[in-house]
Order: sequence, then structure tokens, then C-alpha cells
Amino acid sequence: MSDLAQLTIQQAHTSMSQGDCTSVELTQAILDRILALDNDIKAYLTLAPEFALEQAAEADRRRAAGKDHPLLGVPLAIKDIICVEGLPTTCGSRILESYVPPFSATAIEKLRSAGAVILGKTNLDEFAMGSSTENSAYFPTHNPWDLDRVPGGSSGGSAAAVAAGMALGALGSDTGGSVRQPASLCGIVGIKPTYGRVSRWGLVAFASSLDQIGAFARDTTDLALLLEAISGYDPRDSTSVDTPVPNYAASLGGDLSGLRIGVPQEYFVDGMQSEVERAVRCALATLVDLGADVVDVSLPHTDYALPVYYLIAPAEASANLGRYDGLKYGLSLTARDPSDTAKPSLWDSYRQTRGQGFGPEVKRRIMLGTYALSAGYYDAYYLKAGKVRTLIRRDFDQALERCDVLVGPTTPGTAFKIGEKVDDPLQMYLADVFTLALSLAGLPGLSLPCGFDDQGLPIGLQIMGGAFDEATVLRVAHAYEQATEWHTHRPGGTLQSPSEV
Amino acid sequence: MKLSPATVEHVAELAQLSLNEEEKELFRGQLSSILAYAERLQELDTEGIPPTATVLALQNVMRDDEVRPSLSLADVLANAPDVEADCFRVPVVLETEE
Repeated sequence: MSDLAQLTIQQAHTSMSQGDCTSVELTQAILDRILALDNDIKAYLTLAPEFALEQAAEADRRRAAGKDHPLLGVPLAIKDIICVEGLPTTCGSRILESYVPPFSATAIEKLRSAGAVILGKTNLDEFAMGSSTENSAYFPTHNPWDLDRVPGGSSGGSAAAVAAGMALGALGSDTGGSVRQPASLCGIVGIKPTYGRVSRWGLVAFASSLDQIGAFARDTTDLALLLEAISGYDPRDSTSVDTPVPNYAASLGGDLSGLRIGVPQEYFVDGMQSEVERAVRCALATLVDLGADVVDVSLPHTDYALPVYYLIAPAEASANLGRYDGLKYGLSLTARDPSDTAKPSLWDSYRQTRGQGFGPEVKRRIMLGTYALSAGYYDAYYLKAGKVRTLIRRDFDQALERCDVLVGPTTPGTAFKIGEKVDDPLQMYLADVFTLALSLAGLPGLSLPCGFDDQGLPIGLQIMGGAFDEATVLRVAHAYEQATEWHTHRPGGTLQSPSEV
Repeated sequence: MKLSPATVEHVAELAQLSLNEEEKELFRGQLSSILAYAERLQELDTEGIPPTATVLALQNVMRDDEVRPSLSLADVLANAPDVEADCFRVPVVLETEE
């Protein structure tokens, strides 16, 4: 057992079941690796070593008592926008710097009842608003493949942790691509389930009609295990859907004979990185070799997804973030001009707290959303965006009538340099151009590694499916993974674990 | 079309955000570019297209009105910046003339 931190979830489960290692040993090995690497990567906002080792010891006791689950004793990282009782939940924001939730998200309760070990909370763009994790109020996270580059976002901390062997898997959240895009940029597998598949209870709200908890892993089988563990109806989330959860891992396997794959022509655009297009075309050829029929399809309103998303998501955010009023929890400022001797009013407190507590991107989106919803502009912006969202959904409905899944690139380019796009919000938004439409349609999507560019940076393949058909999406990903070896590559260079140095 | 400074101030007022002059000017430019980009939606004829507010087919869910466990008062107040007599203490809401 040379390097416990590089095990997949299934391998770790086998090792623990056979008595080759305990969850405490595995968890300690990961914690050691985090201490060695995370000064450079900065994936974690909060590391909880004592809490993790307690959970690991409990998992070992449960295993000794004959209990089992594929995630029993498996160390995982959690995006810091998902509540874990007793651990800080900052959402990457100063406004929640001191907030400790008194409850856990449903997805966390499910992981804990399965016996998974929670290592800590990972970095993100503030309130999940961003595509690079540079919008964290605390620090940027670095891509394990090249520390000068971003890991993607907004779930960049979770993706970087899994890629660097600082967790065996992780949870993230995806509103417009925030799981798929960082999975692509960090060379791992990530899934955004169908809207309603996973309970949003305990996921701090950004855009409620789009938000969905998703998962990261190093291969598709691990991802299937994680997804199955967190999925299912929850009466505490009125938008969770009461439909059975399949055994996702059991649905993997077999070739792709008879499967119809649509390739949306709009996902190959001028200006995309040529190596990305080449890698995706190669992947499509591999899928044909595996027995799939590949046909061209059109999603004609793809170009409009970006403006639709950047009206609807900020509009919903401007309402959701109204709750940060400095009264019930979080930052509270009552300061006003010192020359003014009157007592500060409630309104002063709101404006100061929110003005100081939110970072630039969050304020920008609150302003944008407030404008789009304000009198005189509602019809032209918010309502119009809702109508075009219907057209985008119809595009997918029509394409998926003829095809089982759609396949294209996850992002137009590989990981960009830290600082490269921070001054131009629109350029940053374009990093999500291939992931937004699927979120607007509420459908499941997965990104998995399909190659590297000339600089050795990972490229992601996006597989998109019909509503609640995650099983087919995972099956296609698994078949591709069995035929290729991209998912076995790990970031090297500075990332040798201490035992290897 | 660039947003006017007055519009930016009005929106900040609606959103309850205090912004400094530098932020107001920065957001004025950036919001104007983003809204200009969003203008392309007007190219599409959406006559008769219903808007999507949610992708789910929502239906009413009825249940019995029964007491269920909820957070304790101590838990609810634990994160509050200012507490008095088991209540959230807030700044002056109504300013009265004396």
C-alpha cells in the first residue's frame, strides 16, 4: 500500500474490507497529504482533522461490527456552500465568515449515514458566482496541473482537492457549470444531476431554479457511487422529485451498440482552442468504435444561453441574497459617518453590512438582477429571458427525442492563468458557454477527461442526457473510460506526495 | 447605451447596497456592457412562448398540519450578532420625531 491517497473509492473500499488498511489510516494519509500540498494549492477553506479522524474511527467500528457501504470510511471534501453541522459555512464570503450552521444538508446526512468521512470544506467563488475560484473572499485556489492557473469554478476547491489526491471524492454545486467546468479544468470526472434529483436542503441558495448539488471523483464508477448516495426525494425540498434512485454503479458496463449520440454543431465554435476540438472529435470516434451511432444535431438557441443565464441567475440571486441583512446571522455593521451622532437606523445597517460584506462579483450580480427585475425593465429582461429559456429547453427536447445522449466539449479552452480574466466579467462568463444551456434546461451533464493540450492541461468531454437519465450518461462515460486511459493521469511535478519524495 | 449614474444609484438603493464612488463607476460600465450583450435576446420572436420559471411540473402537495421537530431556540440564536430576551435585537426601525 504505497500511496493510500491515490486510491479510488472502490480500491479504498476493497482495501478496508480486506483489512489492508483502516479508515483512520486512510484518513490520516489524506490529512498528511493535505498538509504537504495545500499550502500551494489552497483547496480547503476549513480543514477538520479531529472531526475527520473521529468519523473514521466510527467507520472502522461500524465495519468491525459487520456493517458495510461503498462509502464507509471514505474521506471526502465538501464545497463550502453545503451546510455541515458544526463546521463553518462561509460560501467564500466575508458576510458569512463567522457562520456555523446548526444543521446539515440532506446530502451530508445521507453521506454520513453511509459512513463517509468529511475532511473539511473547500474553496469556491463567493456564493458560487464565478468560473475560476478567484472570486473567493479568502484566497484563490490553484490548479494542481499548473499552479499558475485556475482550477475552474465555482467548485474549484473540491475539484482541485480530488485531482491532487487530497480527497477521494467531493461534493460541489452546479448552477451554470460549476461542477462540470472545474472537473474539466482539473482532469477529473464530475456530474451535475437533473434538477430535482438531489435535495437542495442545506445548499445555500444562489439561483433556486438552477442550483443542484453534484459530485466529483477520479473515475465514473466512484462518481456513480457518490451520486447514488446523495440522490433521492426529500420532503424538505419542494423541488426535489419523488422518483426512484437507480443503482447507478450496477448500470455501468457493456458496449454502446444501438446507442444514439447527438453532436450539437453549435458546440464547435470559432475561437475555441483547437486541441479541445481535436480531443473531442477523437473521443467521438472512440464512441463510434464502441458501437454508438453518432449523428449531428442542432441546438439552435445555444448562443442565447449566456445572456439568458446572466439575467435569470442574477435575478434569482438578488432575491435569495436579500436574506443577508446582518440581523439573524453573519456580518453585522452599524457604523455610519462618525460626525453623525444619531443612532444608526436599520437601513444604514443593511447597506453597510451588505456593501462591506459582499465582494465585487456578488455585488455586480445583485445589481444586475435587481435591475432586470425592476419596474420598467422586467418585461424586456427577466420575462424575455424566461421565454428564451423555454426555447432552449425545446432545443434539448427535440434533440433528445432522436438521441439517447448529446456529446460535446465541456469548455471552449483549458485552464487559464490566474488573473487573466478577472477584470473582464463578460470574458469570464464565456468560460461557461457550453455548460449554461443544459443548466437552464435542468438536465443532467457529466464531464470526464478526454485528453491533454500541448501544455499538458486536461481537456473535458461533456455528456448530456435526458431528465433523470443519469444512468445512461454514466454508462456512456464508463464505456469511454474503459477504452481510454486519460482518467488514470494524475498531476505530477510539485505534487509528489511526501512518501514519494 | 450606458446606464446613467442616477440609475446605478437607484438600483443600489433597491438592493440595499452601499457603494463607493469608484464602485458605482465600475459597475456602471460593466453592467452597461453586460446589458448590451443581453440585447441580442430582442432578436428572437417570442410571441406566444410561455416563460420558464422552473423546469419542474409543479403541483400542490398537501399534508396534515402536525408538529414536527425543528431547531431549538438556542440553535437559532447562536449565530445572531445581537440577542436580547431570546429575540434578535435590531437597530431602530421607525425613526420618530421628538
